Amino acid sequence: MLSSKRLVLAHFWLAFTVFGLALLLGAWQMLVRSPLLAWISNPEWYYRSVTAHGTVMGYVFPTLIAMGFGYAISELALERPLIGQRWAWTGFGLVVVGAVMAMVPVSMGLASVLYTFYPPLIGSPFYYLGIVLVVVGSWIWVALMSLNLYVWKRDNPGKPVPLAMFANVAGSLLWGWTAVGAALELLLQILPVALGFRTTIDAGLARVFFSWTLHAIVYFWLMPAYIAYYTIIPRAIGGKLYSDSMARISFILFLVVAMPIGIHHLFTDPQVGAGFKFMHSALTALVALPTLLTVFTICASAEIAGRLRGGKGPFGWVAALPWRNPMMLAVTFSFVMLGFGGAGGLINMSFQLDASIHNTQWVTGHFHLIFGGAIVIMYFAIAYDLWPHLTGRALTSLGLMRAQLWLWFVGMIVTTFPWHYVGILGMPRRMAFYDFTNTALAPEALPVTISVFGGFLLVISGALFFVVLIKGQLAPKAEAGVYRFSIAIHPPTSVPVALNGYSLWLVLMIGLTVVNYGFPIAQLLALKNTSVPAVYVGAQP
Amino acid sequence: MSSERLFTLSNRWFTTALGLTAGFAAAAALGGLVLLPYAQPNLKFSGIWDAICSAAGVSREAATVAPSAVEAKTSAVVMTSRMLNHPSAASIGHGGTLALQCAICHSGDNVTRSEFPYLAGQYAAVIYKELHDFKAGVRVNAIMGPFAAALTEQDMIDLAAYYSYLPRVPAYHPGPGAGEPAIVLSGAPLRNIPPCASCHGAADNKAGSPRLEGQSPVYLKTQLQAFASAARRNDISEQMRNIARRMTPAEIDQAASFYAERP
Repeated sequence: MLSSKRLVLAHFWLAFTVFGLALLLGAWQMLVRSPLLAWISNPEWYYRSVTAHGTVMGYVFPTLIAMGFGYAISELALERPLIGQRWAWTGFGLVVVGAVMAMVPVSMGLASVLYTFYPPLIGSPFYYLGIVLVVVGSWIWVALMSLNLYVWKRDNPGKPVPLAMFANVAGSLLWGWTAVGAALELLLQILPVALGFRTTIDAGLARVFFSWTLHAIVYFWLMPAYIAYYTIIPRAIGGKLYSDSMARISFILFLVVAMPIGIHHLFTDPQVGAGFKFMHSALTALVALPTLLTVFTICASAEIAGRLRGGKGPFGWVAALPWRNPMMLAVTFSFVMLGFGGAGGLINMSFQLDASIHNTQWVTGHFHLIFGGAIVIMYFAIAYDLWPHLTGRALTSLGLMRAQLWLWFVGMIVTTFPWHYVGILGMPRRMAFYDFTNTALAPEALPVTISVFGGFLLVISGALFFVVLIKGQLAPKAEAGVYRFSIAIHPPTSVPVALNGYSLWLVLMIGLTVVNYGFPIAQLLALKNTSVPAVYVGAQP
Repeated sequence: MSSERLFTLSNRWFTTALGLTAGFAAAAALGGLVLLPYAQPNLKFSGIWDAICSAAGVSREAATVAPSAVEAKTSAVVMTSRMLNHPSAASIGHGGTLALQCAICHSGDNVTRSEFPYLAGQYAAVIYKELHDFKAGVRVNAIMGPFAAALTEQDMIDLAAYYSYLPRVPAYHPGPGAGEPAIVLSGAPLRNIPPCASCHGAADNKAGSPRLEGQSPVYLKTQLQAFASAARRNDISEQMRNIARRMTPAEIDQAASFYAERP
C-alpha cells in the first residue's frame, strides 16, 4: 500500500507539467529553425529556449520522475511506509526552488548557456545555484533510498531484496556518483567566475568534469524505464519475468560501467589524450551488454506471456500478445526506438566513426530517440500503471492511451530520423539559423521540414497524455487493488550476497572512475596557463 | 546465507567481478596507451614510456625554437560587463571639460554628416577601450594617436563617463530605406559571419560591442574596410577582422547604410 501518495503525485505532476512546457519550447525551436518560417532574427531567443528546454528535460523532469517513482517503489516493494517522508518533502521543495531559481534568469536571457553549461560561457549565478539545489534535492532521495533499503535488510536478514527496490537503489547510487562531476565543475570552476571572484576558467577541465556526468546521466534517465521493463511490463501483459538474476546483473553492470565512459563525448577535444579516449570508447562498448541482456530477458518474458495466452509455434506467441494493452504498445515502441537509437549510438561511441557525425544533428537525433523516445514513452507507461493506485481512480480511456503512445512513437521517429540524415549531410547542431537558400544547405531543407511535423505530432501526443491523466483525475473513485510487481518464473528464495547489495559494485564503480578519469583530471589540474577569459552571457553593455 | 562474506578470495562473485573488471580495464589501457600509439606510422617514440606518455596526453614542449615575435601589439584592455557602469558626477564633469578639445570633430549633437564617429550615448567601456588602444598604439590613427598620448588613465575613464552620459540624439539620416539587409539580420552562417544585429543593436547589444545605430555611414564603411584589410587590428580575438574580410563590398555598404539610417 502507498502511504506517500501525495508525495509521489506531487513529483509526477510537477515533472509532467514542466515536461509539457519544455515540449512546447522544443516544437517552437524546430519550427523557427526550419524553412517553414522566416527567421526570428535574434539568436538569443533561440538559445534562451534551448537552455530552458534542455535544463527542464535533462535535469528537472527525469530527476522528479526517478524520485517520485523511487519513493513509490520503496513503499510498494518493501511493503512498508517510507522512512524519512519529511526529508523527502524537503528534497522536493529544494527541486522546486532550484527549478524556479534556474528558470527565472534563463527566461530573462541572463543564462543562455545551454544545459551543458559550455564554459567559458558564463551566465547568471542564480542559474547554476538553482541547478545545484535541484541536485542537492535529488541527493536527499539518493540517501533515503539507501536508508530504506538498509533498514529493510536489517529487519529481514538473508532475504532477497525485492528486484524493484534493488534496481531503484542502483539508479539512485548511479546518480549520486555521476552528479559529482558536474557538481565539481559548478562549485569549483563555474560559480566562482559567475559570482565575480575570478574572470578566467579552464574550459577544457570543465568539459572533462562535465563528461563525468554527461554520459551516466543518460543511464540515470534510463533507470526508471528499465525498472518498468523488468518489474511492471511482464505483469502488465500477463506474463512472468524470465530471470530475476539476469535483471540484477543488468542493473549491477549499469552501475559499474555506465560511469567511467564519458570522455567519448570529448573525442575531438584536444586536452584529453588519445589513449584515454580509446579506453572510454572500449568501456562504452561494454555498456551495450546490460541493454542486450535486458532486451533478451524482456523478449523472453513477453514470449512467456504470449504462450500463456495460447500462442503456439516459433512466432505464434507474438500474435497472441495483448496488443490492445497500452503497456504492450509502450514496451514495443520503446524497444524499437532503443534499437535504432542504440545502433546510432554505436557510431557515436566509436573513436573513428564519430568523426563523421561529431557535433552534427545526428547527435541531437540520437539522444532524442533514446531519451525522448525509448525512455519518455516508458515514463508515460509508468504513470499509466501507477495512476490508479495514486489517485484511487481508474484510468479508463484505453483508446486515448493507445493513440497517445502511437503518436509519440510515430512523432519521435518522424522527428529524429531526418535529424540523423541531415547530420550525415553535415548539418551542425546548436545553430540558431540555417540559410536553406544557400545551395550547400538546400538538400537539408526537406528533411528538416519533415522533422517539424514530427514535432507537431509529439505536441499532440503530449496534450493527449494530459487529457488521459485529467480524465482519470475526474473519474469516480475506484479501488485499484493491491499493487504488485512482476513475478519471476523462479522467484528468488535466496540470492548470493553479491547480488543482494552494492558494496562490491560501488568499489568497482569508483575504482574504474579513478582509472579512467584520474589521470586526465590530475594532469589538467597540474597544467599551468590553461584558463581562458570568461564570456558573460546576457551581460548588457 | 547472511553469513556469506563478500570481500574474500573464497567468494567467486568477488574474484570473478574483480578479475573481469581489472582485466577489461587493463586490456583497454594496453590498447589505448601502448598498441594505439604504435599503430600510427607517423609517430616516432624513443621507447614504450614515451609512447604511453604521448597517448595519455602528457603535454611537452612542442618546439625548441622560440616563437616568432608578433609584430602587431594587442589590446591590453579586458572588457567586462560591469566595466565603468556607475560613474560619479565629478568624473562626468571632468570628462565634459576634457571633451571640449574633442568637440571640433566629435560634435555632441550628432546632426552633421561626418566621417568621424558620433560618440554621444556610446557605451563607456567602448570609449575607454578605444582611447586606451589609441594611446598604446594598438589602434593607429594620425589624429587620435597624439590626442590619446596625452591622456591619463583617469582622463580616459572620465571621457568615457561623459560620452556615455550624454543622451543619444538620434542622428537620423533617412536613406532610400532598403529594408533590413540579410547580412545584418541573419549574417552569413556558411561564411561564419554572425548577424551584425546580434551584437551591435537592432536585435541585441552585447557587452564590448559599440552601439552602431545612427553612426556615420562613412565611418562605418571605412572601419569595416580597415578590419578587412587588417589595417585596424584592435578587435578582441580578431572577431571583426574575421567577419569583415569575409563580407562582400556590397554587404559592407548595406550594413553601413542600414545602421546610419537607423534612428
